[in-house]
Amino acid sequence: MEPTKEHLLWMYEQMLIIRDFEETMVNVYLEGKLPPNIQEGLAFDIGGGPVPGEMHLAAGQEPVAVGTCAHLNDNDTITGTHRPHHFAIAKGIPLNALAAEMFGKVTGLGRGKGGHMHLFSVDKKFGCSGIIGAGMPQACGAALAAKKKGKDWVAVTFFGEGAANQGSFHESLNLAAVWKLPVVFICEDNKYAISVTREESTAIANNADRAAGYGVPGVRVENNDAVEVYDVVGEAIARARRGEGPSLIEVSTDRYLGHFQGDAEAYRPKDEVQKLRENDPIDRLKQQVMAAGVSEAEEAQVRARAKAAVEAAYTFARESPYPDVSEATQHVFV
Amino acid sequence: MSERELTMAAAIAEAIGQEMQRDENVFVMGEDVAKYGGIFGATGGLLDQFGPERVMDTPISETAFIGAATGAAAEGMRPIVELMFVDFFGVCMDQIYNHMAKNTYMSGGNVRLPVVLTTAIGGGYNDAAQHSQCLYGLFAHTPGLKIVVPSNAYDAKGLMASAIRDDNPVMYFFHKGIMGLPWMAYFTGSTTAVPEEPYTIPFGQANVVREGSDVTIVTLSQMVHKSVIAAEALAQDGISAEIIDLRTLVPLDKETILNSVRKTGRLCVADEDYLSFGLSGEIAAIIAENLDSVNLKGPVKRIAVPDVPIPYTRPLEQVVIPQVADIESTIRSMVS
Repeated sequence: MEPTKEHLLWMYEQMLIIRDFEETMVNVYLEGKLPPNIQEGLAFDIGGGPVPGEMHLAAGQEPVAVGTCAHLNDNDTITGTHRPHHFAIAKGIPLNALAAEMFGKVTGLGRGKGGHMHLFSVDKKFGCSGIIGAGMPQACGAALAAKKKGKDWVAVTFFGEGAANQGSFHESLNLAAVWKLPVVFICEDNKYAISVTREESTAIANNADRAAGYGVPGVRVENNDAVEVYDVVGEAIARARRGEGPSLIEVSTDRYLGHFQGDAEAYRPKDEVQKLRENDPIDRLKQQVMAAGVSEAEEAQVRARAKAAVEAAYTFARESPYPDVSEATQHVFV
Repeated sequence: MSERELTMAAAIAEAIGQEMQRDENVFVMGEDVAKYGGIFGATGGLLDQFGPERVMDTPISETAFIGAATGAAAEGMRPIVELMFVDFFGVCMDQIYNHMAKNTYMSGGNVRLPVVLTTAIGGGYNDAAQHSQCLYGLFAHTPGLKIVVPSNAYDAKGLMASAIRDDNPVMYFFHKGIMGLPWMAYFTGSTTAVPEEPYTIPFGQANVVREGSDVTIVTLSQMVHKSVIAAEALAQDGISAEIIDLRTLVPLDKETILNSVRKTGRLCVADEDYLSFGLSGEIAAIIAENLDSVNLKGPVKRIAVPDVPIPYTRPLEQVVIPQVADIESTIRSMVS
């Protein structure tokens, strides 16, 4: 499945937004977390600053998000992980509400209650979780609902290669297969489950091979490349929409930053990320975009628009108010 | 000569290391416990000391590796297995609740399960609803699990040694905000002098952290430190608070609680777990069941998370998780 020029350009712009959103957060996150303005003796304070708590960023993992979401619309569901920004943005979650949630503001997706691992949008049919492997069963449920309603909607679930060793992965694949549910399972292989490599955690080299155990198609995309993801995932989504059941796609991708911000990454070769950045997927897509006949001026315009959107989102988030403390006990039930 | 001080994380790791030296059946497994040394440092340095055969990183497969700990324990090994955050129990609860906790009883006492399940608890650093819970009450509710919740490095080391030597399943809950991590603000009172030689602290013995005459604060874990700060402020105004650090919930030292409340006539339970159907209710019930020997001067007060998930945003998290000021104002309302 070949992307049109419009889809190429859309993917390119989304990747620029995602990268800028994540790399902006690298610095914003450090505000208020470093000496001398924290407890004496600490090198870092995870609870300090305007964006406290854990922060899992997806810089480098843009291709899997955009290559997938290019095929989705607002009727399709995504369930995702603790590292959700890239596919949240590509699914169309408003940047302002996304950023505001990280700042814990009342204008955030969850009125500041969820935080960056727990993003929900009813409009965009989006949810994610801080629990490994938790999205897969819920994607099966969304797909079951679509099937019961007689719609051609699909559910896509993102999870890491580490999550492929959770029971929920195996249970969900079997359930989706036996009920022929329109779910596409997308395994983001970023090579590390925090510090544990896939060689240390997984008995086989290719998680897509596991699809055979459930009688569904399994494909691995090797190159962290948006167009290759677009092609393979596009086929899987089309298949699901036709009512032919689930697929499992593993995408090799790269986590440029730590598991969380503040991770010293002692488990990782020092020059690994530098080498990855030399073959950056955004640069590669740019070449394809230009080859498709996009002008320099048009490309510059896209770049400027992406930058402005991210800047505006961070400004919106900073300037938004916190929720009133009376909200603390609200929303346990509707 | 000043005594050596350790953070709680280092004290736990030292206890595990000493028990591993003492008994070759002791081994460690869990996510990121080897190369990383445990996300919260509870197994720091053990890989270098004992190698990957005895300090094992696992796949993200809690049902498998926690169930495997139960299986290995039944064969006479003494596994220490880490559940990274207690909040993650959901993916493996069957192995804990229905097997680790029950196999001994269902076998008529024939199956021994000397397993220690360590796990991180607590909020206060804005990690939101799925990474900030305490939940020890949930596990204490289930028969068959001993429950250890240390508040400082000295206790942590001695309680860990006891946990490893115990022939029963022990769940060992360490609060992130007292581990002494270099990347998270913590209550420095948790970093204490720790003897280098191995020692044990028996289960079921609460620690009277501070003696007092007006009110008894029953508490545990990080809340001990918040209670101490509150008690110091109250003392300025002539209010004398006695603080009891429970240290273990199963077994529970009821006598120390009862004796203290008999003396003070007032009970406040300061807890970071959810309010309803949990620890604070249990302590209150113990007093209620012993009113024939306890003369209360006023109603029992409970300070706990008010039955809501832990919100991410700081202003709401601060309201939901009990703070020093909450303890102070509650005690003032009780004695005035």
